[in-house]
Amino acid sequence: MNDTEEKKLALSHMWIAFGAFLIASFMGAYQVLERSGFLPAIESSRVYFASMSSHGVLMAYVLTVFFIPGFGYYTATTSLKQPVWNIKLAWAGFGVSLLGTVLAAIPLLTGAASVLYTFYPPIMAHSLFYIGATLLLAGSWVWCVIMIVMMGQWKQANPGQPVPLAMFATVSNAVLWLWTSVGVAAEVLFQLIPLAFGWMDTLDPGLARTLFAWTLHPIVYFWLIPAYTAFYVFVPKQAGSYILSDELARVSFIVLIVFSLPIGFHHLYMDPEQAKGWKLLHGIATFVVTLPTLLTGFAVTASLEIAGRLRGGKGLFGWIGTLPWRNPMVLAMILGLLMLMLGGFGGIVNASYAMNAMIHNTAWVPAHFHLIFAGTTVIMYFAIAYYLWPILTGKPLFSQNMALLQLWIWFIGMTVLSTAWHILGLLGQPRRISSVQYNDPLTLAWDTFELVMIVGGLMMLGSACLFVYNLAKTQLNTTTEVYKGEVEYAEPIYPVTRLPEFLNDFKIWHWVIAAFMFISFGYPILQFFIIETFGSSAWGY
Amino acid sequence: MHIDPLEKKWAYVILAMAGLFVLIIMIDAIFHSINPPSNVETINSTSLHLSEEFAEDNLGVQVDDKGNITVRIVAGRYGFYPKQITVPSGTPLTFRWASMDVIHGIHLPMTNMSTMIIPGYVAQLTTNFPKPGDYPLLCNEYCGMGHDHMWSSVKVVAKEHWAAPVKTASKGDSSHE
Repeated sequence: MNDTEEKKLALSHMWIAFGAFLIASFMGAYQVLERSGFLPAIESSRVYFASMSSHGVLMAYVLTVFFIPGFGYYTATTSLKQPVWNIKLAWAGFGVSLLGTVLAAIPLLTGAASVLYTFYPPIMAHSLFYIGATLLLAGSWVWCVIMIVMMGQWKQANPGQPVPLAMFATVSNAVLWLWTSVGVAAEVLFQLIPLAFGWMDTLDPGLARTLFAWTLHPIVYFWLIPAYTAFYVFVPKQAGSYILSDELARVSFIVLIVFSLPIGFHHLYMDPEQAKGWKLLHGIATFVVTLPTLLTGFAVTASLEIAGRLRGGKGLFGWIGTLPWRNPMVLAMILGLLMLMLGGFGGIVNASYAMNAMIHNTAWVPAHFHLIFAGTTVIMYFAIAYYLWPILTGKPLFSQNMALLQLWIWFIGMTVLSTAWHILGLLGQPRRISSVQYNDPLTLAWDTFELVMIVGGLMMLGSACLFVYNLAKTQLNTTTEVYKGEVEYAEPIYPVTRLPEFLNDFKIWHWVIAAFMFISFGYPILQFFIIETFGSSAWGY
Repeated sequence: MHIDPLEKKWAYVILAMAGLFVLIIMIDAIFHSINPPSNVETINSTSLHLSEEFAEDNLGVQVDDKGNITVRIVAGRYGFYPKQITVPSGTPLTFRWASMDVIHGIHLPMTNMSTMIIPGYVAQLTTNFPKPGDYPLLCNEYCGMGHDHMWSSVKVVAKEHWAAPVKTASKGDSSHE
C-alpha cells in the first residue's frame, strides 16, 4: 500500500509537536533557574508567569494535540492496512489546530495571557488566547471522528473479526478525548469567551472550576494512552516477545477510558463549591482507575520477562540482564515504568481524599505530574519517534547511541528534578511561585533542593536538545542508504479469532460513560443553577 | 478470554489493595468525620465589606458564648485581613475564608489547614494546631503578579497562655452595621 501521504501527515503533526516541545523545554530550564532565586539578575514575575503559562500550554496541549493524532493516523493506516479516510479533512483539522496554536501563542508570548495552563477565572487572558485554544481543540476533534469512522469501515469490511489491538487502543483514546473535551469546551464557550468579549458581565468561578475538573483528569489519560499503546503493541515485538493477553489489554483500555472520566473532583478536594459526598464518590472512583494501570504494568513486564527468558535469562532476576537494553523502545518502557511507579505512588497520596490537604497546591503536585507526563508519557513519545522516524523518512536513524544516551539522561534528570521537587512540596513550598519572598525560617530548608532541581532541569534540557537534533539529522541526512522497514505489531501469545462485541466496539461504552457522567457530574453542575450564586467580574493580573 | 493464571492472581491482589485504600478512606470519612473542607455556602464577594459577617470589625478571632472559636479572614490581592492572628494550640478552630477578588488558596505548611478560596463562596474548615509556634500562611494559588508576596503568619500559643481578644462579635459597634 502506498502510504506516502499518510507519512507526510504523521511527520507534519509530529514536527509541530516536537518543535513546541523544544521551545517549552527551554522555558522549563529558565523557570527552574529563575524560581531558585540564585540569579537575582533574571528575576521577573512578568517573564516567569508568561513563560510558565507558555510552557504549560505548549507541553500539555500543543505537544499532545499534535503528537497523538499524528501517531494515531499512522497507527490506523498501518494496523488496518487501509488509507486514512478523507485525508483532506485530516489536513484541515491539522490546519485548524495549527492556526489555533499560532493565535494563542501571540498573547502567551507577549505576556497578555499569563493565566497559566489551567486559566482559572476570574483572572482573564486576552480574548485571542481563548479563541486559539478553542481552535486547537476543534482541530483535534477531526482526528477523533476520522479514527471512529476508520474503525467502522474496517469492521464492515471484516465482519466478526477482532479490530487490531493497536487500532482498538487508538480509537479508545479518540472516544476518550471527545468525552474529555466537553467540560473545558463548555467552560470556554459559555463562560470565558462571553466574559472576555464583554457579552457577559460576570461568571461563576465555582462552575468554571467544576467544568475544568471534568476535563482535567481524563486529559491525563489522553496523553498517556499512546504510551500504553506502545507498551502493548510495540515493546513486546521489539523485545522479541508476545502480548500476554490481547483481551485483558482491551479490558484495560476500556476501564481506563470509562473510569478516568467521572473522577475529576479529586482536583477539587480543597474547593468550597462542591460538597463532601461528591468528593468522596469521585475519590473512590479514582482508586478504580489505578487498576488498569496496575494490570498494564504487570502484563507488559511479563512480556519483558518472556523476552528475557527466550534470550537465555535464568533464575528469578536473570531475565532482566538479558533484555535488549540497547533497543530504544525497550529501554524507554523500562525507564518509563520506573517513573510510573514513583509517580503513581505520589498520585495515590494526592487521591487520598482528606490527606490531600497536606500536599494540595504544594510543589509536590507538579513533581507528581511531571513524573507521569514528562516521565512516562513523553519518554514513550521519544521512543515512538525513534521507531517511526526511519519508517516515515525512509532514512536510518542518525544515531542509536545518541538515542540511548538521551533516554538515560532524560530518566536521570527527571528523577533528580522530581525527587527534590517532591521534598520541597513536603517542606511546604507552594507550586506556582516565581520567587521566594516569605521571610520565614521555613524557607531556609529549601535552598539545597532548589539547587538539585536546577541540575535535573538542565539535564532534561540537554536531553531534549539531543532528541530533536537526532530526529532532524535523521531527516536531513543526505545518505543514499534507504530504510525499508515497516511498522511491526506485537502478536498475543494466544491469538484471538473472535471477541464479544463489548471488547471490539465502543458503542455500549458510550452509554456506560454517559451514565457515570450523569451520576457524578449531573447534580454538581446543576446545583449552580439551583442555589443562589454570585458571579465575579473579570480581573487582570 | 485468555488470562494467565498469574495475571488472574495479580488482578485479585490489586483489587484487594484498592479496596483496602477505599475502605480506610471511607471509615475515616464516615466514622471519624475526616473530610476535606466542603461546606457549600455562597457569598457576594464584591460587597464583603457590606456583609455583616465579613465587615472589617468582625474579622479575626472571635469566641462565642459557648467558647467556640471562629476565625474570619478575607483574602485579597495581595494580603490577608487581618494581617496577623493569634490562636490557642490544642483547640478546635473554625476558619471561615472569603475572597474579595480572584481565586486564592491557603496553606499553613506542616498542618492540614488548606483550602481554596473561590470568589462567591465561603471556604470553611475546622482544624486544631497541636504545637505552639509561628506558622507562615501562604497563598498557594496563582492570583496575579504579586502572588509571591501574598503571605502572612499565624501565631499559635499554648492554650493556657491564650486570651480571647477583647472585641467579640456580640459587642460589635452597631454603627458599623
